[in-house]
Amino acid sequence: MYEQISANRWKSIGLIVGAFVLLAAVGYAIGVLTDFGPAGVVIGLAIAAVMSIGSYLYGDRVVLASARAKEVTPNEEPRLHNIVEGLAIAAGIPKPKVYVVPEQAPNAFATGRDPDHSHVAVTRGLLDTMNRVELEGVVAHELSHILDRDILLGTIVATLVGAVVLMSEFFMRSWWWGGIGGRRGNDRSGGPATAIIFVLGFLLLILAPLFGQLIRLAVSRQREYLADAQGAMLTRYPPGLVSALKKIGASSQAMRSANNATAHLWLQQPSRIEGERVSSMERLFNTHPPIADRVRRLEEM
Amino acid sequence: MSAVWVVVGIFVLLVLGGVILFNRLVSLRNRVDNGWSQIDVQLRRRYDLIPNLVQTVKGYAAHERELFENVTEARAHAIDAASVGDQAQAENQVTAGLRRLMAVAEAYPELRASENFLALQEELTGTESKIAYARQFYNDQVMRLNTLIGSVPSNLIARAFGFTPREFFDIEDPIRGPVGVDMS
Repeated sequence: MYEQISANRWKSIGLIVGAFVLLAAVGYAIGVLTDFGPAGVVIGLAIAAVMSIGSYLYGDRVVLASARAKEVTPNEEPRLHNIVEGLAIAAGIPKPKVYVVPEQAPNAFATGRDPDHSHVAVTRGLLDTMNRVELEGVVAHELSHILDRDILLGTIVATLVGAVVLMSEFFMRSWWWGGIGGRRGNDRSGGPATAIIFVLGFLLLILAPLFGQLIRLAVSRQREYLADAQGAMLTRYPPGLVSALKKIGASSQAMRSANNATAHLWLQQPSRIEGERVSSMERLFNTHPPIADRVRRLEEM
Repeated sequence: MSAVWVVVGIFVLLVLGGVILFNRLVSLRNRVDNGWSQIDVQLRRRYDLIPNLVQTVKGYAAHERELFENVTEARAHAIDAASVGDQAQAENQVTAGLRRLMAVAEAYPELRASENFLALQEELTGTESKIAYARQFYNDQVMRLNTLIGSVPSNLIARAFGFTPREFFDIEDPIRGPVGVDMS
């Protein structure tokens, strides 16, 4: 567990450094493409700095807002609050803030910086379909992510990668629709050097989203098994989470607010398409091990 | 000359090691105290619930006077308990009384359906599971502290500074006990 915490810290730092490099490069590419010159690098670095600080301080809020999660009081959701408080006691951490996401698909996620600034969100569908023991299993899994500091890395990934993906998509499109025709006339002066940089920039723009996917893939999988196991340690009752996972696996509800930037945060990868577990496009970016594997490992405990 | 330095070096290392062990003992002792106060908070919450519950059930099953007295008495005992062992015993009485109280309530469909009772039931289930979790955390920390106090070389530091092993809080598990509580 302590190895996991320090690994997460290094990955978080590495990710931020990576974001700086990537954004500087993207900024450079765009600067050259738009006759803006090296100033693009400066702008890219400035954006990276703002984004890193922003994702550290406000990443949890961005993630919660993107899922449209609403904070609930103990009076509104006594059962959920009791469970979160009890498991927080068992884990020896302060009680996280509790949110409900207005979605029918049963799912949950945790976000925040550290155990002192943490949030647990569950969907309405989860509250409606799970009994107490199952809900405890799910909440214990999420609290394990908080204990392991998975939440900080996950949140930074969601906001940084989300932003990089978003920006490169934005530039790709604006270049595709606007830039290409307008600039062709006065862009003759550069010769082969400009052409090389043009190709590089183009490659970078194509690769940026792929980078994002790769990083996210590196972030997830193994830690889901770990959080499952730790969650079972907290409740001392693995069948609770097993039964919850089976119910989630059997559910075919779509999640409207599902997107590739936050998929790794959820208990189980959300899908936008009803009836299908995950669409083929989303399967390309699988962030979670198959439910059957997770169930099997829990049952072996 | 160099032999002196070697001796000084060994001495410094020993002191450093002692400081580290001492700090670990202190932080574990604090965690145990903190764990105990968590248990205390939850037990108190349960004491506060009992009069309410008794009143609510009384409204439907007034003839179960003996049971109500038992529960109230067990509660008073538990509040007065001094040591960890006494507390555990008294809490087992409270838990047993509450279980019978809830079993009696099962026989009254109107009572079970009343909103007040449902809210109290959720409060009780929630509080009892929190007691169970607080106990789990406390006992884990006690085990770590006692292990450290009992093992070499930390036992030397523990003895020198008066760290004593703590008592485990052994109560029946109110949630996963033998009587089937409706978990849904």
